[in-house]
Amino acid sequence: MSRNGPIALIFHTCFVIFMLAPIVVVCLVAFTPDGYLSLPTHGFSLRWFSAIARYPEFVEAFWTSLLLGGISSCVTILLAVPAALAIARYRFFGRDALATLFLSPLMIPHVVLGIAFLRFFTSIGVAGTFPALLIAHVVVIFPFALRLTLTAATGFDRSLEMAAMSLGATGFTLFRRITLPLILPGVISGWALAFIQSFDDLTMTVFLAAPGLETLPVRMFLYIQDNIDPLVSSVSACVIAVTMGALILLDRLYGLDRVLVGKTDRGH
Amino acid sequence: MSTAAAPAIVSHAEPANRVPYALVLPAAMVFVGAVVIPLVMTIVLSFNNWSQYRGIEPVFILKNWIEVFSDPYYAEMFWRTFRFAALATVITAVFGAPEAYILNRMSPRWRGLFLLLILGPLLISVVARTLGWALLFGGNNGLVNKLLMSAGILTSPIRFMFTETGVVVALAHVMMPFMVLSVWAALQRIDPQIEHAAMSLGAGPVTILRRIILPQIMPGVLSGGIIVFSLAASAFATPAIIGGRRLKVASTLAYDEFLNTLNWPLGAVVAVLLLIALVLIVVGCNALVERRYAEVFR
Repeated sequence: MSRNGPIALIFHTCFVIFMLAPIVVVCLVAFTPDGYLSLPTHGFSLRWFSAIARYPEFVEAFWTSLLLGGISSCVTILLAVPAALAIARYRFFGRDALATLFLSPLMIPHVVLGIAFLRFFTSIGVAGTFPALLIAHVVVIFPFALRLTLTAATGFDRSLEMAAMSLGATGFTLFRRITLPLILPGVISGWALAFIQSFDDLTMTVFLAAPGLETLPVRMFLYIQDNIDPLVSSVSACVIAVTMGALILLDRLYGLDRVLVGKTDRGH
Repeated sequence: MSTAAAPAIVSHAEPANRVPYALVLPAAMVFVGAVVIPLVMTIVLSFNNWSQYRGIEPVFILKNWIEVFSDPYYAEMFWRTFRFAALATVITAVFGAPEAYILNRMSPRWRGLFLLLILGPLLISVVARTLGWALLFGGNNGLVNKLLMSAGILTSPIRFMFTETGVVVALAHVMMPFMVLSVWAALQRIDPQIEHAAMSLGAGPVTILRRIILPQIMPGVLSGGIIVFSLAASAFATPAIIGGRRLKVASTLAYDEFLNTLNWPLGAVVAVLLLIALVLIVVGCNALVERRYAEVFR
């Protein structure tokens, strides 16, 4: 068993500090008792968290983000599960082209997608509406959901389905009683990852958000452009807390490296 | 595929060959309607005319393309975008690859914890992470300056906010998890016995690193580099917040054209050029990596 030497451990410590420093600083500044940006050196205070309630635009943006993330991730899963089953089990004309198209939002820069959506929605007269935002989010988060459901649909034991079929199960019963329970961990992880991607997206959404229809990242970004104060730190700290919760859930449920790589080991 | 599974697929597909098409149809409709058509419309938009008073005119002219190619302002902006992305890629490779190797040698318990800590930031809002760097950089008396000066690395404070150094450091931080993840995935495919075999044949640690480990993780570093480069070249939040209004990159310039100047055709040219450049670079690099390391990707 090889061990890391002292130099490796020093490097590792510095690396972890580098990765965590900005996140820790945001959370610390959020607890400052002062009226300006400072680290809480003399006591912690929740004044900036209670101040969020006095800025209705942040609260409103939070609900918009939550609603948008919730609906778009559910719509995405409803589209992704059948698509993943088709791609995983059938060989049909156009299969590879479709798979490439479905994964293309990972390749196309989000700024380009944002511009394309803005142009498209403006020309059909729905720019700045919730349904437009919803469709855009479904497209952008679809590949994340698809990859995880695809992995689950490719990697399970078909003999269970064959046994159920020989006992007379067909169609939707087969899917509901056998297939779905087997791919469920992948589906739930795909849903959670899709939700986080929707909840965090700035680059694409910033082109589509209209006054009164801003998501939380967009509201935070526009606020930071004007000034940086402890208020936006406390909002960020809340966002970090929500994401951390989802993250730990994903890690326990499926393993974080599997979720992020989106594939099982090649060797098996 | 085993022969036993073959009849099952036939019987499954028997009701009709239309089944897979019915299953992918809803998603395919959304993607054709909301990806293919908008992208084509954006390309068309880049050839339209625009004037201050008459707005967008649906005519086919090359004015915007000629303007972007002839004005050195755009050349400088694209070069800056490329430079930021390239520097961020090099930094993530130099620090991320060794870290992935160190992680791989840890005991499973520690490895799980640190993997969560290092990959976790990937899912935390980019705005929140960039805000963290803005807070750390501060003005001349930001935390980073205080730390570097007390460690004796700096004698006088340097500016990070609204400078290239600041943007590159923050970009490297935002993209680091992708590199660690990619090298980590490559390390998972290595047989640890090879390292032991080299050791038993008398190879020292430097030789093992150079002759055994490095060649095997190189595909991971390169494919991680491609991901980091393409994401860094199209990053928006970090250059916008840390770089400010002066250090424009392709994505922030396109944003300005679309939402401030309202010259949409010009913004469309910048966006289309960014897309073409990235697709060419990514596809080209992928082809190079796969040819060079064909045996690893078997």
